[in-house]
Amino acid sequence: MSGNNPYGQDSQHHVLSVLVQNRPGVLARVSALFARRGYNIFSLAVAPTEQADYSRITIVVDLASAPLEQMTKQLFKLIDVVRISELDPRHSVERELIMVTVKATAEQRGQIVELTNIFEGKILSVGVDAITVSLDGSPSNIDDFMTALNQYGIVESQRTGLVALPKLDRAATASAAKSPKGKAS
Amino acid sequence: MKETLTGAQALIRALEHENVEVMFGLPGGCILPAYDPLIESKIRHILVRHEQGAGHMAEGYAHVTGRPGVAMVTSGPAATNLVTPLCDAYMDSIPMVGITGQVPTAAIGTDAFQECDTVGITRSITKHNELVMSAQDLPMVVRQAFHIATTGRPGPTLIDIPKDVLQNEMTWYWPSDDEVLDSLPGYRPNVKGHTKMIKEAARLILAARQPILYVGGGVLKARAAAVLRELAELTQIPVVTTLMARGAFPDSHPLCLGMPGMHGTATAITAMQKSDLLIALGSRFDDRVTGKVSAFAPDAKIIHVDIDPAEQGKVRRPDVPIVGDCRLVIEEMLKAIKELLQSGEQQADVGPWRSRVSGWREQFPLAYDQSEPGAALKPQFCLEKLRDGAPEGTIVVSGVGQHQMWTSQYWNFEEPYTWVNSGGLGTMGFAVPAAIGAKVGRPDKTVWAVDGDGCFQMTAQELVTASLERIPVKIGILNNSYLGMVRQWQEMFYDERYSEVNLSGTLPDFVKWAESMGCVGIRVEDPQEAEAAIDKANSINDRPVVVDFRVAEDEKVFPMVPAGKSNDDILLHHSQNARREFLK
Repeated sequence: MSGNNPYGQDSQHHVLSVLVQNRPGVLARVSALFARRGYNIFSLAVAPTEQADYSRITIVVDLASAPLEQMTKQLFKLIDVVRISELDPRHSVERELIMVTVKATAEQRGQIVELTNIFEGKILSVGVDAITVSLDGSPSNIDDFMTALNQYGIVESQRTGLVALPKLDRAATASAAKSPKGKAS
Repeated sequence: MKETLTGAQALIRALEHENVEVMFGLPGGCILPAYDPLIESKIRHILVRHEQGAGHMAEGYAHVTGRPGVAMVTSGPAATNLVTPLCDAYMDSIPMVGITGQVPTAAIGTDAFQECDTVGITRSITKHNELVMSAQDLPMVVRQAFHIATTGRPGPTLIDIPKDVLQNEMTWYWPSDDEVLDSLPGYRPNVKGHTKMIKEAARLILAARQPILYVGGGVLKARAAAVLRELAELTQIPVVTTLMARGAFPDSHPLCLGMPGMHGTATAITAMQKSDLLIALGSRFDDRVTGKVSAFAPDAKIIHVDIDPAEQGKVRRPDVPIVGDCRLVIEEMLKAIKELLQSGEQQADVGPWRSRVSGWREQFPLAYDQSEPGAALKPQFCLEKLRDGAPEGTIVVSGVGQHQMWTSQYWNFEEPYTWVNSGGLGTMGFAVPAAIGAKVGRPDKTVWAVDGDGCFQMTAQELVTASLERIPVKIGILNNSYLGMVRQWQEMFYDERYSEVNLSGTLPDFVKWAESMGCVGIRVEDPQEAEAAIDKANSINDRPVVVDFRVAEDEKVFPMVPAGKSNDDILLHHSQNARREFLK
């Protein structure tokens, strides 16, 4: 599953945090642009921000398909796109969430609960022969968790895709980080 | 004072506030409400015969006036018929506003009669589009659409309006400039180039020994022809004008090398290949200009001025990227160059380069074989006659194919905004409606469309519109009974295996067809008849004229750089092959 990790073996991935006006069709505009220009999206997460007028889209892009510079410049051309931050993993905080249903006999259940506790995950639901757990963490953490669960047999899983924000510079104020201004194009 | 209007009334009033003087369109079910207040409006509406015609007319109008063209049609099939012009305008950065009707909001998504996902379909071929869900939003959406279409890199916008939104009531308002800007926090085109970059460009320009000004359509969009000329004359740098920039620099100017690219002049193509500095102004390194990119102008440094940051480095990485409006940037560039010169800096001697370029120009003029007595007319001959007979300031419009390349090659473009064509999308059928739009925009000018027989058959019905609306355009069909450019490729690259390119030497009868549409129709079969026919066409100003030039079917466009080949592998007219060595 390490292929799911944006910073694992494949360093061709990069994270874009895109602040957009929260308007109908904005996600379609972004995804249509990627499709039309032949850019590959590795994962995409979108939700409204603290300001109701704006949404933030976190996109993990595949740089094998196009240069990052072209992707960001083309994205900038969308009228609804207000600001794009390229998030360097060294200077950002990142999280992903996974939910997994694993086969679990009565004997195995204890092992899985223990494993989940070690990873600081949560038990969401317990069935007769399966158990559903969740974990949020860095993508590599989630990869490791999945590897550990694999031996029991995974029934279903769903990852959210990465969400990320820039790591706060000690000198930076919260309002500077939040300001939607500053787009040059 | 609050004034209550219907959405339809608000739409038409908003268009009036945007100083729309003319719109091109065709009514139908969902857009019907908007056509009612139009009766009282001072806006002239031109009723087309096909929605594609409305779109191309709006483009032609925008090309020659610099003002946004407006096309209004209904939902569903009308909207899809508008797709080609929208895409054409997007590729060529033409300011245009499309207005489409949509099924009532409650019916959206139900596959209602004449419903289609217009904003979805046009998303990737408009600069921006908007489905209006409330009548109250209409004035703001209209202002945004015109603002976005005409600023930054111009382009088409589309407003999709459900029928009930046109019928519902709203309270009239007209948003201020600030309100429009505040509503678009993600849209702030950068028009002023970076000072440091402009200074760096000035230094490179003065140091270059073999520079070329590579001028694209952005120079016309920025209305920068005058400052371009000043820059060229100050620095004595030769100029090439791309297909989209013909007219931005006078063809008769000693520094003008004509058009570069696949069917450009040998001089323009070779000068770019050999140059040590390409000053790209509002041009986008299109594949038809560069040929094989890896072999394009291999020794040249690049200064790239473009208002669209995404053009910088898209094809070729510039040494000096400058994001900004071509006119403002060239003005600053001129200042920077003059300052450097005043501070004692010397420009490198471009004399030897200019004489080398002049040598190419003498050795490799455009060439074709004159027709033998009794043989078919040559299309190039027709163009020379059309050009020589045209009144000063004539606007020339073309479709797409051989006739387009010949027109660009053989016409003398002396003024900006006298050339209208479909460059990026290559839309056959563009000429007739675009010429009508151009004539509406500039009724004071003679408008000639040079068309092919293939192109003409795609949109000719708009000549009915032209006759009824008294828009006296002139159409010269270079009729070789073939899809000529396709035929040329099949002859040259498919071993003369002609597949589905012969249109018919007898049908349609273009003269009768023209007459049936209210035009004067003239047929020219012999070189002797050409001049008189053209004079007659030029003398008719109360109705459209169609001249059917029956031209040789096997004539090919030269020079030619075959697709995917390096510009060094240019194919010349056979009479110049012996001199090929001069291009080294």
